[in-house]
Amino acid sequence: MNKGRFLAVLLGGATVLLIAVGTLWPSKSAAVYAGTEGFLQTASTPEAAVHNLGEELRQGAWQKAYDSLANKAQFSEQQFLYDLMGFYPNLRTYATVDKYDVRPLRASSTDADVQLKLYWATVVGDSLSTRDLRVVRNGDGWQPVWPIEKQPVLPPQVIPVNYLRWDVIYRGAGDDWAAQDVEAPHVRIVDMHPVERADGVVILGELLNEDVVPAAVSVNATLLSKKDQSPIATEGSFDKISHLLLPKQVTPFLITFPNVSLSDVGSIRMTPFSSLISASADPVIEIQDEHLNPAPDASVSGQLTNQSGQIVNVAHVLGTFYDKSGNVVWVADQYIDRALLPQTPVPFDIPVPEDLARKVSTERTVVASYVSGGARG
Amino acid sequence: MRFGGTLLMGGLLIASPFALGQDASLTLPKTVEAGSAFSIPSSGSGKASLYIVGLGQVVKRDVQLGTPISFPLGTLYSAGHYVTVLVRESSPPESGSFDVVPANKPADVTFLARPSRLPVGLHSGITGAVYVFDPYKNLITAPTAVSFELSSPKGAKQSRSIETRLGAAWSEMDSTQQQGMDKFVARVGEVSSTRVIGQVPGDPCGLKMNAHPAGQQIQLQTDPVRDCSGNAVPDGTIVTFTESYNGNESTVDVPIKRGIAEVKMPARPGARISVASGVVLGNEIRWEK
Repeated sequence: MNKGRFLAVLLGGATVLLIAVGTLWPSKSAAVYAGTEGFLQTASTPEAAVHNLGEELRQGAWQKAYDSLANKAQFSEQQFLYDLMGFYPNLRTYATVDKYDVRPLRASSTDADVQLKLYWATVVGDSLSTRDLRVVRNGDGWQPVWPIEKQPVLPPQVIPVNYLRWDVIYRGAGDDWAAQDVEAPHVRIVDMHPVERADGVVILGELLNEDVVPAAVSVNATLLSKKDQSPIATEGSFDKISHLLLPKQVTPFLITFPNVSLSDVGSIRMTPFSSLISASADPVIEIQDEHLNPAPDASVSGQLTNQSGQIVNVAHVLGTFYDKSGNVVWVADQYIDRALLPQTPVPFDIPVPEDLARKVSTERTVVASYVSGGARG
Repeated sequence: MRFGGTLLMGGLLIASPFALGQDASLTLPKTVEAGSAFSIPSSGSGKASLYIVGLGQVVKRDVQLGTPISFPLGTLYSAGHYVTVLVRESSPPESGSFDVVPANKPADVTFLARPSRLPVGLHSGITGAVYVFDPYKNLITAPTAVSFELSSPKGAKQSRSIETRLGAAWSEMDSTQQQGMDKFVARVGEVSSTRVIGQVPGDPCGLKMNAHPAGQQIQLQTDPVRDCSGNAVPDGTIVTFTESYNGNESTVDVPIKRGIAEVKMPARPGARISVASGVVLGNEIRWEK
């Protein structure tokens, strides 16, 4: 009895002691996960200074990050934030820095160049932002110089717009049974190819809205077994498609089937979906100077120019890549993480898988755009 | 209602297992037209209760045997097979049956017209199906003449006359060469139903653009975009302009406004500029200035 009581008191005392030690002298990683402290270190090297800046940005400690800059007198904290996240609502407005990479480029005794890669966690996945920072010695420590990119500002003006708009009146509860409803838009798959990739089967293709009204579209594919035609899996084109098609507009689509081998597939059942949607013909976005960059780091790059008066908050660029025979060999995309201001070019760069880059002969790019309070493809 | 009637009929028949096959006191008609007035002659004497049970309807009458039992207009209105059970005070109940058939005069047509929108010049592209009903919403299964008529705003008409089979008739029509909202009418006797069929232009035909210098840019403008029947392709249709130069490309999807598509693109000497809409290719221009 006495032994048991002694053991209980001993365990209780040890627990209290450990809690006190952990609270007073927490380990670095525990402090980070508790949110009270980051992986900050003394800025005794250029890399450490940029590392600290990245960590402060990851924590959302904007003021600390701003205060750590050597050239903060050249711009305000607000301008620093605008440079990071933009003036107008865009993909980064509700994003946070998920992680960062620091890579030294050059160093001397007085200054150095260090690359900072910020991985923003956005609603559509990671968005990478790369800045090459100059780091200068300041006494015993180092301070990064932020390469501020002044954001373009729209001059106050009135832009007259006479854009087209489609509104839809569906049948109502008061209509008789069999009273006709408005017809769903007619869409057609104009191209489709299955491709075997390392991680599974990929279905590539293009969908055309052959109607005279806008269509909200998606495509499903079902792989049927070679043995007995039973379904293997059904997947849809989630975000590798422009979901809004104006009349006669074409979108590429890409559907992935992870862990499926093409040799097991006997046939494929394609199901395009379309429904009427209220839509606007504006904004019109021009894709300028687009060109294929060969391997290594194969990509298609160019510039987007918003020709309308509306600010486009998010732009989704979809590239369709064709071989010499005109067959679709790949579909890739990129979300632009800055708002598109009228008549202001914004660059894009869509990577192409290295093994496919050699097959690519031509490409076609389309842009789906999202405007606060509505969407347009 | 139907469930209650079935229960009632079942209960009555269980209560009188020997009633079937006995001499009837009622002279039942073979058929009764839905909603019409009718009477059932009865024989014998004394009081009884008559139950008439059908799909969706149950009627009970207290009757004096020996006199006809009258039913006013609208008593039995649902077409179908009805069972009668006569429950007498001193004798076992007896049962019989008759049919209520739809009224002959059509009062309503249900008209399904598909599609509500289609391109011009499609053979048998429009279908219309009609179901004919009497005033009590019974499907009239007797052959009935139905006429279909599709008329365009410019007065062109297509007509078909079909006879219903088991209450339904259908027909096909061609879409015309002219765009517009056509009226599709199905008529049965004095009753008609109208649907609107939108005939829309087909794919652009002979898509052609012109290029003019505009400062540092090229002003590209299509001729009025029309389909192969000469109908104007509607505003909002996307036209794609592509400029190729030194291995680079500029592309812009432009919606047609006021019948034409136009855009300004950078002027680059030696550039090839093409135009397309959907799967239709237009002309190509080489810019030398």
